[in-house]
Amino acid sequence: MSTDTIAVPTSAPPQAGAINLRRTLRALLPALSLTLILIAIAYLNPRAISYFGFNLMLNLAIPIALATIAQMFVITGNDLDLSIGTFVGFVGCVTATWLHDAPLLGIAVLAGSVLVYAGLGALIYVRNLPSIVVTLGMSFVWQGLAILLLPKPGGKAPGWLLGLMGFKPPYVPFPIIAALVIAAVVHIGLMRTSYGAILRGAGGNPVAIARAGWSLLWTKVIMFALAGIFGVFSGMALIGITTSADANIGNGYTLLSIAGVILGGGEFVGGRVSPMGAVIGALTLALAASPLLTFMHIPPDWQVGANGAILIIVLAARALISRRDAQA
Amino acid sequence: MSRIRQLFVKPWIWSFIGAFLVWLAAIVFTHGYGAGGMITAALSLAVFMVIVGIGQMFVITLGPGNVDLSLPANIGLASAVAMKAMDGNDAMVAVGLLAALAAGFAIGAANYLLIWALRIPPIIATLSASFIIQSIDISYGRGLQIKPPPGYADFSNLQFLGIPILAALTVLVTIAAAIALHRTVYGRSVSAIGQNMRAAWLAGIPVGRIRFLTYALSGTLGGLNGALLAGYFRGANVDIGNEYLLASIAVVVIGGTSVAGGKANVPGLWGAALFLVLLLTMLNTFGVSAGVRLLLTGLVIVGVITAAGGQKALR
Repeated sequence: MSTDTIAVPTSAPPQAGAINLRRTLRALLPALSLTLILIAIAYLNPRAISYFGFNLMLNLAIPIALATIAQMFVITGNDLDLSIGTFVGFVGCVTATWLHDAPLLGIAVLAGSVLVYAGLGALIYVRNLPSIVVTLGMSFVWQGLAILLLPKPGGKAPGWLLGLMGFKPPYVPFPIIAALVIAAVVHIGLMRTSYGAILRGAGGNPVAIARAGWSLLWTKVIMFALAGIFGVFSGMALIGITTSADANIGNGYTLLSIAGVILGGGEFVGGRVSPMGAVIGALTLALAASPLLTFMHIPPDWQVGANGAILIIVLAARALISRRDAQA
Repeated sequence: MSRIRQLFVKPWIWSFIGAFLVWLAAIVFTHGYGAGGMITAALSLAVFMVIVGIGQMFVITLGPGNVDLSLPANIGLASAVAMKAMDGNDAMVAVGLLAALAAGFAIGAANYLLIWALRIPPIIATLSASFIIQSIDISYGRGLQIKPPPGYADFSNLQFLGIPILAALTVLVTIAAAIALHRTVYGRSVSAIGQNMRAAWLAGIPVGRIRFLTYALSGTLGGLNGALLAGYFRGANVDIGNEYLLASIAVVVIGGTSVAGGKANVPGLWGAALFLVLLLTMLNTFGVSAGVRLLLTGLVIVGVITAAGGQKALR
């Protein structure tokens, strides 16, 4: 949190090793929590740790991971997207109707919705608007459009999408491969390219980035466009799994995606995010929400609560590490 | 003349003008039929938005990043707590109200505990808390079908000359909130923290205590809202508070309170709440479908914030 950024310079020279250790510990926290949950599942039901088990347990993790990445792009720019859930639902409805019946129209609508996202980024920057309010309003817009498009649950996923999401590669379950690919692609793009550094810098120190001659308007537009693109992927992946759509199908994703980013070590301000962490965070949430509870015989009432509890436990662990950091 | 000009400079006047225009559009459509009834209905529903709006306004005024996302879950739980405590018995109304207020206060206190102990942004703290509250509510309120006590339910629907009694009482609460904001040490401290937390701390303002009180206030008002909603809609419900996340933030922002914090606006809450309720009434009279209604509500909110956004840049 803010304290360790303040504390590091004052205590850096003598104990640099100890601080690096804590930083590593902090970076490993998301992976650590995922491992703990996997161990718990393995202990409760050893048979779940198998090719088939992972396929089943992590099925819904792919759309959650994609939505989390979308949210991460927005959070990198110090904004928050409260509309990603209903946007995923809207994309789902488009996928199950137009993309199936009239692919060209479907593609045009999805591309248009990404442009709307980019436009929102521009609007938020130009008018200096609070992203929470704008995206909260947009969440109604997406939901309204989704209901207009698909008043009753239904529709049909395009065949190629079903084939893709039902892909069964040898040895390693598809959700794990997908998670690795998503994490690697976004990690390379955002953490390893020079423009990725600019994008993160626009969240960390906008003034410096502007002085260096980069357009903050463009960074915001690109961040939101990327969020839109990954939101589209998320909605399509979701429909590829569920085979049909419902206007409310993505509503829970708004909160899950924020929780995933934070679980994965992302910070709310300052452009400090981690794509790999975000994907791991999404997997953790997907596993903790239902398989773990089912194996522990906890009623589904507590699914949401389990997500909240995990979030709090991980944040508490992080606070503990940071506090030691501050005292060092 | 200058009086009138002064009035137009006030940020909250626009929300009332908006509410009036929307109402006008609705009665033009119905040729004047039901004009008064619309206002009565709008006042009854605006009450609930204003109550949570007051709490959210104090929280948002604390500065950037401060927002209470746990209100919907809080309202849902409090509605169940109130109905269980009252148990359909008019003699237990006070106990039920107190129980709902206590539940709300506990949630607000828990929110601040998370913010303080884990040093996490309030958005994340209230979000994680709301996950847990939601589960408690689902598990606690499962199959809960207790009707509110008849006297209590009648009271929450009571009107005098077309003015709902609850609305009149809420106006008093709003005035109290305005006094608290502008004339008490607490309210001035909230504004000071929102303008510059470090400066406020250096000036000797007990920042921690004020923030705790503010989150507790927001939680308590959420609890009150839950109990009132359960009376008005004759029963508790897990989803009863869902629309109040958007509503609480929207009335604060449309009402002219600065999202950057430090500048709150109490009268605007009423204007904004009436505007939002009348907007829905208007769309309903036009007979549009649920999808169009959601779409237009969203577009109006984005439009209003875009139009109002310029002020923030001046700060």
